[in-house]
Amino acid sequence: MSVQTLPDAARLRAALAAGRLPDERGRFGPFGGRYVPETLIPALERLERGVREHLHAQDFQQELTQQLNTWVGRPTALTFATRLSARWGAKVWLKREDLAHTGAHKINNATGQALLAKRLGARRIVAETGAGQHGVASAAACARLGLPCTVYMGEIDMQRQAPNVGRMRLLGTKVVPVTSGDRTLRAAIDEALRDWVADPLDTYYLLGSAVGPHPYPYLVRELQAVIGREARAQLLAATGALPDALIACVGGGSNSIGAFHAFVPDDSVEIIGVEAGGKGAGLGDNAATVAYGRPGVLHGTYSMLLQNEDGQIQETHSVSAGLDYPGVGPEHALLAAVGRVRYETAGDAEALEGVRELSECEGILPALESAHAIAGAKRWAQRHPGRTVLVCLSGRGDKDMATLQQALLAGDA
Amino acid sequence: MSPHERITQAIRSSAARGRPALVAYLTAGFPQRERFREHVRALATGADVIEVGVPFTDPMADGVTIQRASQVALAQGVTLRWILAELAALGDVGAPVLLMSYLNPLLAFGVGALAAAAAQAGVAGFIVPDLPLDESHELHEALAARQLALVQMVTPVTEPQRLQQLCARSQGFVYAVTMTGTTGRSVAVPDAVLAYLDRVRAASPLPVCAGFGIRSREQVARLAGHIDGVVVGSALVEVLEKGEDPAAWLAALR
Repeated sequence: MSVQTLPDAARLRAALAAGRLPDERGRFGPFGGRYVPETLIPALERLERGVREHLHAQDFQQELTQQLNTWVGRPTALTFATRLSARWGAKVWLKREDLAHTGAHKINNATGQALLAKRLGARRIVAETGAGQHGVASAAACARLGLPCTVYMGEIDMQRQAPNVGRMRLLGTKVVPVTSGDRTLRAAIDEALRDWVADPLDTYYLLGSAVGPHPYPYLVRELQAVIGREARAQLLAATGALPDALIACVGGGSNSIGAFHAFVPDDSVEIIGVEAGGKGAGLGDNAATVAYGRPGVLHGTYSMLLQNEDGQIQETHSVSAGLDYPGVGPEHALLAAVGRVRYETAGDAEALEGVRELSECEGILPALESAHAIAGAKRWAQRHPGRTVLVCLSGRGDKDMATLQQALLAGDA
Repeated sequence: MSPHERITQAIRSSAARGRPALVAYLTAGFPQRERFREHVRALATGADVIEVGVPFTDPMADGVTIQRASQVALAQGVTLRWILAELAALGDVGAPVLLMSYLNPLLAFGVGALAAAAAQAGVAGFIVPDLPLDESHELHEALAARQLALVQMVTPVTEPQRLQQLCARSQGFVYAVTMTGTTGRSVAVPDAVLAYLDRVRAASPLPVCAGFGIRSREQVARLAGHIDGVVVGSALVEVLEKGEDPAAWLAALR
């Protein structure tokens, strides 16, 4: 979708910059909304009231900040990538979400939503997970608060992210393998929604990405916006200036919307989202939703979708389980449509190269998801010598060792 | 009589004869695409309304039976366009036909073109389980131009004020979901469910049909007197899957 197809693009861009979206119907321009079975309407209305009442209340924010500072390990560091900068020719800064407790940005959202669930009187938590990072974060947050937790995970993802399955179980969470559908993140969301439909009043659905029906895209963004707020202040303190570019990987889009949000009003900052280009541009070969998708409804929201001409959802491919999703958050769809954020793709091979390069140059093993942002930053840096790029390093790569053994270490003796 | 009035009429006339109307669901093209017309005709001999399911990759309100049926149908290349062509070729089967579809296949078809194509195929209305009333304005308007029904669902957790709204805005009938959960799980019918159905009926100017988990003559007998009809879905899909006679199975329900 191009800017020309949105007649009120200028107004919507201003509304985004002013933080006025979503509107009261949960809309980001044409995107977003609430497309769910009637059974879930009371639960979503209650959640929406709960978000309005608690999320920005002083006592909730105090409790959340305390958890983030003393348990999650915030603020996370901002690291100047000395050797990468020398190699690529631009100044590269890394926002270190990989240093957050449980190893990725997912804990910011899981902690906030688990606290909210407790206030709303939830008896149990359900969550979905792709790479396992949101599952582990939810399991940890629920253990900390004494809430029973069930996580749905596609059986393909359980194989490729096996260490995270063990971590969730050690944290006291029940992990349910999903054998239906595509057996990855999308099928896991379908199953988590079915669980929630069965018990909408006592169960809290702890959605892990900036997708789903209103108010989730808003709630997740607000809880992840700490990434961009911290990074903006840290970079200003370190250099006295804003970055020329900001880059994050985009699957469902939670680390990216969290990194982008504080910078959307800064017109001088070029913002780039990097989607999973997988094996190439063919249908089913990637998970690059903004690049190759069309608008439609999946998992409760109207956004860009990888689908065929009959509206059937397309299977996706990415080397990284966390980006392997055919949809994207509705706010990203609007940021793309009004031209505020540019969405690019990085393929499996580029991401793997990003893992190798960051590991060897900076002593940081990134998650395969985050390595897509590294690949995007490399391209940008080589085109903009001497300029400054800020990269959201959303998570660490320990969970990917099985994939990395095969892909990068197979030839090593 | 308009298409949505035909649905209402079909349910009322069965109820007037002292027996709950049957709304019979099948996933289009399951188990075999080439037997679709035969199955619709067979259902029409035992049911008062036919509900044809448009298969979707991500049927989040459905249990394992309809998930499986949807996958099989999609694997055989069943599309909304094909379903409409088949229904047009079938002509009047003696019972009004509703389409049950998740929203995305309808959006991909184009909401503007949908109403005309559906009317031409003889379709009397739609049930869209992931389209709540609050988001339904555009589809409602498009269907209204052809007097096609957009059936609203109510559930045991629906708040009283919203129940009033949903009943007032529904067309054809009001679909009262018997339980929280997905389709297909057999449910007991406790007194609380009967009391809920009585509340729906009191709020509704249209006939009320109960659905989700209806499988047996005993359930139908217990519900009779509290509803005007029942929707049978997953159990009927399993009958078709086993190659049994759907008309005989429907006849044994009431």
